[in-house]
Amino acid sequence: MLEIENIVKQYSNHRALDDVSLSVPKGSIFGLLGPNGAGKTSLIRIINQITAPDSGEIYFDGEKLQPKHIERIGYLPEERGLYKKMRIGEQLLYLSQLKGLSRSTAVQKIRYWFEKLQIESWWDKKVEDLSKGMQQKVQFVATVVHEPDLIILDEPFSGFDPLNTQIIQQEIIELNRKGATIIYSTHRMESVEEMCDSIALINKSKKILDGPVRDIKKAYQNQTYRILFERSGEADVFNQSTALFTVVEQQDRYEVQDITIKIAPHTSLNEVLLYLLPHITVHQVLEIIPSMHDIFIDNVTKLTN
Amino acid sequence: MNKIALIILREYTSRVKKKSFLLTTFLVPLFFIAMYVGVFFLTKKSFEESHALVHVVDQQGDIQNKLKSNKNITYIVSNVALQEEIESLKDKEKNTNLLIIPDDFLESRRVELLSAGKPNITTQAEIREQLKEIIRTAEYTKLGIDVASIQRVNDRVTISTKEITDEGDAKESHTEIAMGVAMALSVLIYLSLFLYGAQVMRGIIEEKSNRIIEVIISSVKPFQLMIGKIVGIGLVGLTQFLLWVLLTLALSSAATTMLYDQNSTTELAGSIEEGGLGKPQSLEIMDALQSIHLGELLICFFLFFLGGYFLYSALFAAVGSAVDSETEASQFTMPITMPLLLTYVLSFGVLVNDPHGSIATWLSFIPFTSPIAMLVRIPFGVPLWQIATSLACLIVGFLITTWAASRIYRVGILMYGKKASFKELIKWFSYKR
Repeated sequence: MLEIENIVKQYSNHRALDDVSLSVPKGSIFGLLGPNGAGKTSLIRIINQITAPDSGEIYFDGEKLQPKHIERIGYLPEERGLYKKMRIGEQLLYLSQLKGLSRSTAVQKIRYWFEKLQIESWWDKKVEDLSKGMQQKVQFVATVVHEPDLIILDEPFSGFDPLNTQIIQQEIIELNRKGATIIYSTHRMESVEEMCDSIALINKSKKILDGPVRDIKKAYQNQTYRILFERSGEADVFNQSTALFTVVEQQDRYEVQDITIKIAPHTSLNEVLLYLLPHITVHQVLEIIPSMHDIFIDNVTKLTN
Repeated sequence: MNKIALIILREYTSRVKKKSFLLTTFLVPLFFIAMYVGVFFLTKKSFEESHALVHVVDQQGDIQNKLKSNKNITYIVSNVALQEEIESLKDKEKNTNLLIIPDDFLESRRVELLSAGKPNITTQAEIREQLKEIIRTAEYTKLGIDVASIQRVNDRVTISTKEITDEGDAKESHTEIAMGVAMALSVLIYLSLFLYGAQVMRGIIEEKSNRIIEVIISSVKPFQLMIGKIVGIGLVGLTQFLLWVLLTLALSSAATTMLYDQNSTTELAGSIEEGGLGKPQSLEIMDALQSIHLGELLICFFLFFLGGYFLYSALFAAVGSAVDSETEASQFTMPITMPLLLTYVLSFGVLVNDPHGSIATWLSFIPFTSPIAMLVRIPFGVPLWQIATSLACLIVGFLITTWAASRIYRVGILMYGKKASFKELIKWFSYKR
């Protein structure tokens, strides 16, 4: 959907983006991650053609990014707002017409969304009469009403209560299923794991990590397993020295034992289990996969140090 | 282009629908009419109140018969003793006076006027005028001059001013009226440039502080948004002017017919005429207005208003984009409106007194000052080539300022919490995009 190649953006006293290249697959939910001030917003503004890069190219659906593509992008900025004195209906009409919809289709689509989100009665309300969370809902509708192929959401859940977060998250996933590509910029890692297919991690103007979530996690798997078991022999097999694994953590529980081990390189889990089975009864074996949160923290701090 | 039209439409309708717009549009003409009617009635009332009753105690004996009562003053020859008159004066109504003429009046030329309350100035003037006449007649008679033939001498002088046009014809010129019109235009243009320019600025600050700006410029170019806003608000201004002109004309003609149709005021109309406020003079004003080409003036007003408005509102837009609040904006609005303020102040002195002098001519060519300076000069007659050149300069000026302002604008609208300075603005201007 989007190919970003060697983007550089220089401001007078700092470099916001330093040779960033990314590929956003069509139909994916793409997580754009990074700490504050990493350059996420700069990149998003360039994709939206609000600012232009100093060098580098962006291809939208195979074509070089052009002003006409604006109408196929829906953008929910982190700094968002609406005209306070304008009625909600008129406001959405205005914003969707600016995105190239005709008046009649705009009315139709806004009605559709109002029904879907059960806010039909808001048409004639003014923004200043709505709560923050309600305004966010309206803002979300404004972002997606023109059925964009690419939806860019910058911290879409800030200001929502858990219930509305759930609703909006569902809507995002549904839009994605219907074919929209979504770029989701955030630092809420738990939602990344839930929603994203691929991610890119930006820190200090540079991309430090990208790819499908599954691959990244695989890359960060470090052969660590948690085993729940019961002793079946007298020998304390974990206290005998072995080249197969090292114990990371051990907890003695009533009857069931809980242990975390790290398997040595070039050793498979099966070999370890074969070694252990004569001595214990295995209840459960769990692979410990690092969370995106851990990967994020790990990468960002590694770079800082 | 379609998007600019959408923006213009929103800017226009959202303002025209506002209560404050309707209020100012309808109240301002009403206010003028109210003033007009108010002045009329106050004048009428002051004429009614100035009628004075004067009791005359003439110790000389001859004068009292020569004083003539008229509609402003009524003389009553006293037939009681002086002391008694003074006593009774205390209980009399206001504007009742007692005129005491001493027996040596023709030599001393002194009289005494006692009044219940403060003596009225018009009454004093009236009495002085009549007494002067009496003395003059007495003196002429003493010198053996025929009074009747003196009175027949007519010493009225009329200066009829004409100016020579390019074609060599002499046409009637009305300097005072041209001055009045010029100053009125200067005030009008100054106020409206400020009013609508500040509205542009306020609109931009609003969008910025609402944070809606980023949503909008992800759909349209910043330049489109800026131009749309400027044009939209400009149209609001034109609508307001048009409504004002129409409403004022309609209301004032209604008020005039109402006032003049009342029978009770026919007499009053006569008295106003004598006071120099009458209908014939207003006809003369209409005549004079025609002589300064009202149509041409109106067209020029709209052209120069638009040019000046575009120029200054672009500057206001740049300022609005650079700041986060209106209070912060004042440090920038002061310097950019300086040329306007200067011309405005000058227009009351230098420009009106010497409309074709070098200062006035130069000011009417510089785009920043020409909207006021040229309009002040036009009622005095300005050659067409000068108007055309000035307009051309203005158009070039506003193209340049709009271009420069848009470069600052597109950077400024995305800057939050950064204290802008002129140095900063210049840096923004040179950003690539």
